[in-house]
Amino acid sequence: MLPQSWLQIALTLLAVVTLSIPTGRYLATITMDRKSWVDPLFNPIDNAIYRLIGRATATQPMNWKTYTFHMLATNLLMAGIIYLILVLQDHLPLNPLNFAGMEPLLAFNTTVSFITNTDWQNYGGETTLSNFSQMAAITFPMFTSATTGFVVAMAFIRAFVAKDGGANLGNFYRDLIRFTTRVLLPISLLIAAFMIWQGSPQTLAASITAHPVQGGTQTIATGPVAALETIKHLGTNGGGFFNANSAHPFENPTPLTNLVLTILMALLPAAIVICFGEMIGNRRQAWVLYGVMGCMLLLFLPITVVSEQAGTPSLVHAGVALQATPDQPGGNMEGKEQRFGIAASSLFAIVTTSFTTGSVDSMHDSFTPFGALPMLMGMMLQCVFGGKGVGFLAALVYGLIAVFVAGLMVGRTPEFLGKRIEKPEIILVSLALLIHPLVILAPSSWSIAMPYGISALGNGGPHGYSEVLYAFTSSAANNGSAFAGFNGNTPWYNLAIGIVILIGRYPPIIFLMAVAGSLAAKQTVAASVGTLRTDTVQFGIFWLAMILVVGALTFFPALVLGPVADFAAMRRGMTF
Amino acid sequence: MRNFLLPALRASLVTCVLCGLLYPVAVTGIGQALLPFQANGSLERQPDGTAIGSRLIGQQWDGPQWFHGRPSAIADSDPTDPAKTLPAPYDAANSGGSNLAPASKALVERLAADRQALERAQPELAGRALPADMLTTSASGLDPDISPANAALQASRVARARGVAVDLIAGLVQQHIDTRSLGVLGEARVNVLQLNLALQRAYPGR
Repeated sequence: MLPQSWLQIALTLLAVVTLSIPTGRYLATITMDRKSWVDPLFNPIDNAIYRLIGRATATQPMNWKTYTFHMLATNLLMAGIIYLILVLQDHLPLNPLNFAGMEPLLAFNTTVSFITNTDWQNYGGETTLSNFSQMAAITFPMFTSATTGFVVAMAFIRAFVAKDGGANLGNFYRDLIRFTTRVLLPISLLIAAFMIWQGSPQTLAASITAHPVQGGTQTIATGPVAALETIKHLGTNGGGFFNANSAHPFENPTPLTNLVLTILMALLPAAIVICFGEMIGNRRQAWVLYGVMGCMLLLFLPITVVSEQAGTPSLVHAGVALQATPDQPGGNMEGKEQRFGIAASSLFAIVTTSFTTGSVDSMHDSFTPFGALPMLMGMMLQCVFGGKGVGFLAALVYGLIAVFVAGLMVGRTPEFLGKRIEKPEIILVSLALLIHPLVILAPSSWSIAMPYGISALGNGGPHGYSEVLYAFTSSAANNGSAFAGFNGNTPWYNLAIGIVILIGRYPPIIFLMAVAGSLAAKQTVAASVGTLRTDTVQFGIFWLAMILVVGALTFFPALVLGPVADFAAMRRGMTF
Repeated sequence: MRNFLLPALRASLVTCVLCGLLYPVAVTGIGQALLPFQANGSLERQPDGTAIGSRLIGQQWDGPQWFHGRPSAIADSDPTDPAKTLPAPYDAANSGGSNLAPASKALVERLAADRQALERAQPELAGRALPADMLTTSASGLDPDISPANAALQASRVARARGVAVDLIAGLVQQHIDTRSLGVLGEARVNVLQLNLALQRAYPGR
């Protein structure tokens, strides 16, 4: 590895931390309804939208149940709109290539995938979707699914500071609109313009016919790419306009766009932690959590970078130069783009799985076994910052369990931010925690035992198992990236993955909203000498250990059968 | 139920129009008005305006007189049997990588075959360590770039085919190296289409 490669990784991470602080404080002004200099600009827009939704509904205080029901109803109806657009796209405008309506089972999978911020794709965008679908069925939920995750996390945090017993955890519609108009839309417009400047197309045409010098023609797919690409990363969505996702030169034309997209996916999940600190009035607590998440990221990242640069025995055998020099990247360049090279591709891969975005600028299926291991772990733990709002909630789940366990160990009443953590909360939190491994391990074990499960694999040997494991991990974590040699467009996987996505998304949110309701109803107890403080480095280490131990115990056997066996086989020169 | 469904439906429609139509149309307006070259695909054109290709999208180059891009793994579905695929390198109506695992037999065989073909076309490569990008397929199958080391190795073949001194071709390669952005980002690279167009202008060949 050249020093400038490490430097670019360090600079990217530094930029994320620096930008997340003011962004997090801005988020807090929005969720806490503090006065802001942007109010004169956005208040009239927001008020007009509240009127369209229904003024009374969009301003009423909501308890956890009302909030959750409105969230679920909106998600359901949005899903209906998206599904109809996909299956009827041949009857809708902006379809110059005359793509047929999407087949119902694939449309179910796609709808579920995009409404939940997963963006798993069993289709190739440029060969399946009209420009209208790319805008109204794909770009649209990229905003709202991100918003849904965010507002649920905000409602949860409000439970800790609620003074009215939880009668008001916010208003779902107000949160939805304010986060969209004041955060996602302005940043997206700005960055989309930057993306076009760097070369991302933005047109309503669907293809270009070029006449290469050597004769013949080349048809180049194009469309409204820049607008989609921006919100895809800002909203930690991940679904590509093109089959090759962010590796496609139109989606990610330069090393500079790659940097900006990497920062964009990390920005809001990191800022939410800062926002949390502002909302509960305890910045120290937020930095402890930020540190826990950051430690895991710094633990995972070098494993992938070093493994990819080290290369593979098959490359050595073919006489490939693996050492990086200033005039060539070396390492495992199979499935990676020359303009990004090893370091930027590895960083992107870790960020996209840790922050559970799911876009890819290199093909994860071709990564070395140990290069891919930290990606799987990021999605299994879900809280190495994690997706918008959801990652934060996953980290709090571990935090509540850590408080409970620590409380039992030292004989103190478990309290978190002044709220007693008791049996009902721990039951709900444990359920939320256990759903994730269940929907990963059960269907991947079933698939690997069934002929209709095996037939989708793109590679043999332990790597084939990794493909299935990756598919269900990515779906359950609402990530959406894939070991793309795996062909998920079969009836079994369209259905199974769709269901795993739904169970991985909504039941944990509902359980956690119930926890929020239960916590909000409790009196806040003043801290005393008997209180176990949670805003200390000591507790941070315990929190981190809890995440790693629980995560490792749950997923270790699956990881041994997949990437670790794959590594052992590769080292022995076995091929499949 | 109506209490939930009616506002939810209105909110869905409003956000769909706002985020799914107004936003992308506004960005299209900005792009087409201010940055039409990029917004329409960064096309290289002949003097008469015919599009040759996009600067950002790789093309297939055959024959010793051109610089070649990286191997492309794009495969289209076979029109006679939808269950099968046919190789379609640099088909920009599609995109994608090989998705072959490091321990894949197909990868080992492809690497060996590609290496043999390279050595046949250019015997001086025999036994040399080759730049990684020369033998590996890209993630998009449309990678417009190769590494400077890859371009430098191809210079002797191109020079021979065009009857030009190697130094002149190597000099042309040097002029077309894009260094790392801001000195640290990504990798140094050479855009194959732009290099070949410059090559054709400077040394049209015998």
